[in-house]
Amino acid sequence: MKIVDALVTSSAQQTTALGIERFRADFPILDIKVDDKPLVYLDNAASSQMPQAVIDCLVRYQKTQHANIHRAVHYLSNLATQEYEAARCKLQNFIGAREDREVIFTSGTTDSINLVMHGYGRKFIQDGDEIILSELEHHSNIVPWQMLAEEKGAHIRVAPINDAGEVLVEEYEKLFNSRTRFVALSHVSNALGSINPVKRMIAIAHQHGVPVLIDGAQAAPHLKINVQDLDCDFYAFSAHKMCGPTGVGILYGKAHLLESMQPFKGGGDMIASVSFEKTIYNEIPYKFEAGTPPIAAAIGFGVAIDYLEQIGLDAIAAYEHELLVYAASQIRTIPGVKIVGDCPNKVAVISFVIDGIHPHDVGTLLNQEGVAVRTGHHCAQPIMQRFNVAATSRASFSFYNTKEEIDILVAGIRSVQKVFAQ
Amino acid sequence: MNLKSIYQEVILDHNRKPRNYGSLDCPTHHATGHNPLCGDRIDLDINMLDGHIEEIAFRGESCAICKASSSMMTSAVKGRSRQEAEALIREFREMLVSKEDNNDLDHLGRLKVLAGVRDLPTRVKCAILPWHTLHAAINSTGEATTEADDHSNKLVANNH
Repeated sequence: MKIVDALVTSSAQQTTALGIERFRADFPILDIKVDDKPLVYLDNAASSQMPQAVIDCLVRYQKTQHANIHRAVHYLSNLATQEYEAARCKLQNFIGAREDREVIFTSGTTDSINLVMHGYGRKFIQDGDEIILSELEHHSNIVPWQMLAEEKGAHIRVAPINDAGEVLVEEYEKLFNSRTRFVALSHVSNALGSINPVKRMIAIAHQHGVPVLIDGAQAAPHLKINVQDLDCDFYAFSAHKMCGPTGVGILYGKAHLLESMQPFKGGGDMIASVSFEKTIYNEIPYKFEAGTPPIAAAIGFGVAIDYLEQIGLDAIAAYEHELLVYAASQIRTIPGVKIVGDCPNKVAVISFVIDGIHPHDVGTLLNQEGVAVRTGHHCAQPIMQRFNVAATSRASFSFYNTKEEIDILVAGIRSVQKVFAQ
Repeated sequence: MNLKSIYQEVILDHNRKPRNYGSLDCPTHHATGHNPLCGDRIDLDINMLDGHIEEIAFRGESCAICKASSSMMTSAVKGRSRQEAEALIREFREMLVSKEDNNDLDHLGRLKVLAGVRDLPTRVKCAILPWHTLHAAINSTGEATTEADDHSNKLVANNH
């Protein structure tokens, strides 16, 4: 923890960089070259990279621990089951859930949201009911609710945002009425990085007796989450955005809500007994984990959580905020570049547009400098429409990025402008 | 071709001063093209006379590669017959999706400066969108999308 303390408390850039070099060295992929240029990986909001500890865990599991879980009585099956359930407990502690059975392994955030839509929404939402979303949502927290609304004859209501990319909480509050049945909100916007005041928004929903799902895909890698403090009813996120493998994520749900829900998928492991006359479902969380799960990825997720906790989420948030402030200040000095969604309470994500240059061209030219950014609508077309842009370029930072990399990004943006000024 | 060469003077010039940019008053043929990857959209108006492309105009928001491709395409097919245009669409597509390094691109004239896009798999759709749109317009189907193209589809990453 000494390095972490130095990282947080020291204002000297040199000390900060020393701390970060230690963590960067844990990520073998950060050493690769792109056409002879060092990789500058700034697409962490799409997917982060894996530290050696997680890679080692995946290899060790495949070489010495693999078998199916919850099935057989043999050595390997016991071992795999123990590791898998230990990962569930790590996730429970990480988010401050009351019980481990409130943590369901899914294939990722999208799967988690779809689980709630099918398991809760299809059971409890009826014709004429209303579902509240925010204008900041990722498509994965819009489309499932639209599918449900279409099926049930329910209606989607949208809480608007201001020009800085912040949800207007007063407008959100006005959307509630006697037909409001569900609220689904992102904790952090994937396209802009805005942190929503979800605790306050959850409290408002609960005043109206309405449960809330939080899409935490962009929050869990950067902020300390406590689901009991937030008092959210459901919380979803993915491993691959927080140093873990792809193919696994979790859904947290309050036990009494999960128990009231119908299963999403039918199959093995989610049953207590099956006959052709009647099937009795298993207890939570197994009721929602039909079939063989991504066992290795779930165990790797647990190791990623260990890794992040070892650094400390507060230390990560503090350092990433430093990166954000530096990057924003540097990008603002470039004429013709505008940051989209420039609110003060953000994670380290900068969405920007360059006058007269399409983001796809920006992305291709930055790639020439070894810089990886995301370009496009970021699966959040309503936000693009709100800001009247077809697409943006997005640089998203992780604790393993450095100020030197931001300098390379800024120089890259200037060279893109030079190409187009020819 | 290397990465740098795609943003060469000809393409930057067509991006800056696109030819045939705008709209026609009462086009006999029209189509809209979408690229769901980036949300780009172009509109293409054509006046066909006796089976020939008499007038052609395009408009829309798009990247430099798409805009240059649109601009150069409209210049290339103006005055051509429907059959000639269709043949050019096939040849252009072939140039971008072909695995082999085909040196014989002279019949494509200035359009061959876009061959470098072949080395940028995620950008093939940008260059091909106007050509899909042209195909849709002259066949009166009205809409085109980069997602309908089997060849380019396999070359690009999914949009998530």
